[in-house]
Amino acid sequence: MAKTTKAAKIINKLSWKMGGPAGEGIMSAGMIFAKCATRGGLNTYNYIEYPSLIKGGHNTYQVQVGADEVFFVSNKINLLVALDKETIDRHSQELNPGGGIIYDGEKINLDAKDYPQIKLYSVPLEAMALERKNRLLKNTIALGANLALLDYDLEILLSMISDIFKRKGEAIVKMNTDAARAGYDYIKNNFKADFGFKLEKMSNQPKMVISGNEAIACGMQAAGCKFFPAYPMTPATSILHFLKAKERDYNMVVVQTEDEISALAMAIGANYAGVRSATATSGGGFSLMVEHLGLSGITETPVVVVNSQRPGPATGLPTWTEQADLRFLIHAAQGEFSRIILAPGDANEAFYLTAEAFNLAEKYQIPVIVLSDKLLSESYESTDEFDLSKVKIERGEILSDADLASNQNYLRYKITASGISPRSLPGQANGISDTNSDEHDEYGFSTEESEMRIKMMNKRFSKMEAIRKEIIEPKIYGDKKAKITLIGWGSTKKPILESLKLFKEKGIVVRFLHFTYLWPLPEKQIKKILTEKGKTFILENNHDGQLAALIKEITGLEPDHQILKYDGRPFWPEEIVERVRKFI
Amino acid sequence: MPTPKDFNTINKQTWCPGCGNFGTETALKGALAELGLNPEKVVFVFDIGCCGNGNNWYRGYVFHSLHGRSIPAAEGIKMANNAEHVIVIGGDGGLYAEGGNHFVHAVRRNIDITCIVSDNQIYGLTTGQASPTSDLGLKTKTSPEGVVEARLQPLSLTLAISEDTSFVARGFAGDAPHLQKIIVEAIKHKGFSLVDVLQPCVTFNYLNTYDWLRKRVYKLEDDKNYNPENKMLALEKSFEWPIGPNGEGKIPLGIFYKKDKKSFEDHFPQIQSVPLYKQEVKVPSLAASFKEFY
Repeated sequence: MAKTTKAAKIINKLSWKMGGPAGEGIMSAGMIFAKCATRGGLNTYNYIEYPSLIKGGHNTYQVQVGADEVFFVSNKINLLVALDKETIDRHSQELNPGGGIIYDGEKINLDAKDYPQIKLYSVPLEAMALERKNRLLKNTIALGANLALLDYDLEILLSMISDIFKRKGEAIVKMNTDAARAGYDYIKNNFKADFGFKLEKMSNQPKMVISGNEAIACGMQAAGCKFFPAYPMTPATSILHFLKAKERDYNMVVVQTEDEISALAMAIGANYAGVRSATATSGGGFSLMVEHLGLSGITETPVVVVNSQRPGPATGLPTWTEQADLRFLIHAAQGEFSRIILAPGDANEAFYLTAEAFNLAEKYQIPVIVLSDKLLSESYESTDEFDLSKVKIERGEILSDADLASNQNYLRYKITASGISPRSLPGQANGISDTNSDEHDEYGFSTEESEMRIKMMNKRFSKMEAIRKEIIEPKIYGDKKAKITLIGWGSTKKPILESLKLFKEKGIVVRFLHFTYLWPLPEKQIKKILTEKGKTFILENNHDGQLAALIKEITGLEPDHQILKYDGRPFWPEEIVERVRKFI
Repeated sequence: MPTPKDFNTINKQTWCPGCGNFGTETALKGALAELGLNPEKVVFVFDIGCCGNGNNWYRGYVFHSLHGRSIPAAEGIKMANNAEHVIVIGGDGGLYAEGGNHFVHAVRRNIDITCIVSDNQIYGLTTGQASPTSDLGLKTKTSPEGVVEARLQPLSLTLAISEDTSFVARGFAGDAPHLQKIIVEAIKHKGFSLVDVLQPCVTFNYLNTYDWLRKRVYKLEDDKNYNPENKMLALEKSFEWPIGPNGEGKIPLGIFYKKDKKSFEDHFPQIQSVPLYKQEVKVPSLAASFKEFY
């Protein structure tokens, strides 16, 4: 817990925001600040807002720092680092009393009278940077000033600078080190140590600072995914970047395709040939992939697709968040076939569920969709290093050369009790087959006969029986006996978990039911909760209450209240408390 | 040694009697036998259409994909297993219309697949609509007054996409022995190879018949001076096509252009010694990734 010193400073509980024009390095500076905190054993959650453009526009990087686990950012901040006037105009009202602003007083005129209860720390960022003949150094200077204000260990920042810039040479490291120190000294020399917030190193093992997309990418690497074709689309693109940068470390082949249609076609082709393969996109790209989802379905070729949602329809809000693709994905493609949809709620779940997606895809020879969104994909959180011993590889039924040698009449689509027919791979003698997008017989030859059509449809759907046994029920957080239940799926996990802290502070007993397996929908837990006494609230980042409708369709039951948000912004923990309290 | 019959299945073709697909089938199966390839060493990726139905009549590893999407499926298969011969069989509708984008980029990549285009200049399986390679003025169900869009010249297109990609040829289904020679060279060629096959559609294309084609085709190799490594000459030849109401002019057949060039998969050291599908799937150390996050 945060503790208070004699000087009444709040220690290790900070809500921090940096803002400025796009293209000015806000993202890297924010990340460095977060890593400085985690290197000192602290926890962070990082939330980024940016418009869909490269230069200009307004970017912010918000970091919540805590001694204990922090799940989400607050809608209030304590320290604002403003690289332009717009940042102050837009965000100064988010400052708590006693908060501070670091800004360049030579570029921005502020009248202290306009900011009562706020401490203003003017640092000549641009002049100090230009003195060093490099305008970009102003972010480094600002970071140094930050640490001084928070009375945090400058050495942590200097070691980060060294790690980041060492490949650019000693001169660059020195230039940045000097700049950080100059910013630090400027605050120490020109201001009293009167800022009310302080960060202190703790002895905890430093955690990773990782985004949902990076966790997904690591999940693919861990699962032995060897081929990743993809077309860039926000907010899924960083998966492609991360995997490409590391492809040779993992003997993975990463290909930028001409469109999303070819991305999924190639991934299916590679899986057919025996290679674990996946692709990633957002809703627009997924729309193009839809026909291939059906190809995976009828040919029974495993494939993993990541859909990182953003607000639609069409181009929508490219750099903002929404959870409005769920119903689309459940029914995407003509015809009916088995599929699985997984929706991780944080980086940890993103890693393990992505790795598991490959097992499910190969065991059942079906498409598996990992459903993320901008909030999960592009927010960074501190988390313990993933435990690789928990990752299992289960490739399902693939026949060896010896298996095939003893079976002279191999049938790719052999009718079996489980609905799963063992696969052969191109190149294997005695495994010749016809993997066919037309309805087919057991060999794979096209057929239009009624009897075989029914057999094959039933075979493909009979897999769902085993899948239903394997899917994981939603997890309950908070007080298991609470009479108030919040229900959510995917990325709303983080703001809802943070809101549980606020409910507790207000003496309201709340529990949270979080779905990560969405299709087929696990029914047991939700049926139980919706038939118990108490109030239930479902929270979704969409207009229609898509999971609420799905629950009603499957169980005939529905939560008492829908709390929905579809302005591209995530729920704020404070907002959750406020909106839920209206009904209790 | 494999024979062409080894590539036959138990099924009987359902193409119309006289369909150009028979000639292409004879030539392709003959070429595979001539190359000594066993059926398990070949993946046939079929597009959708009359030629695409060949999935039922070709024995080997067969992948029957979606309309226009056979090329990217084949590319994925090739990257997963670069020891395998990957052959795409599709029509002028699938590969030049619906899948035109994939065609363009496969040519750019110079990925080592062979595309055999059953080019009958019409849509057959959908019962007779104009295709990108239909001749101007051809009357079809979707062009009752005659096609007004310019004919796509597939060889010119391929040659124009990239300065030196990589194997461009045209054959005629009415001359299977000649077509077989071309296909043998196309499969042997390392890199992207296009074999556009003039294939009469005896049911829906009343214009580009066997007779019409026979009167116009000639072989490039009959001219001892023709050099298939001369790019500009190949481009010039690729534009040669009968025009006017009576289709005056000639149609060159043979290997228009051929150039040795590094193929796409050769740019990946990851797959130079062992194809991806043979590499063991196990949980690796993620140290190289995790170090980024501190």
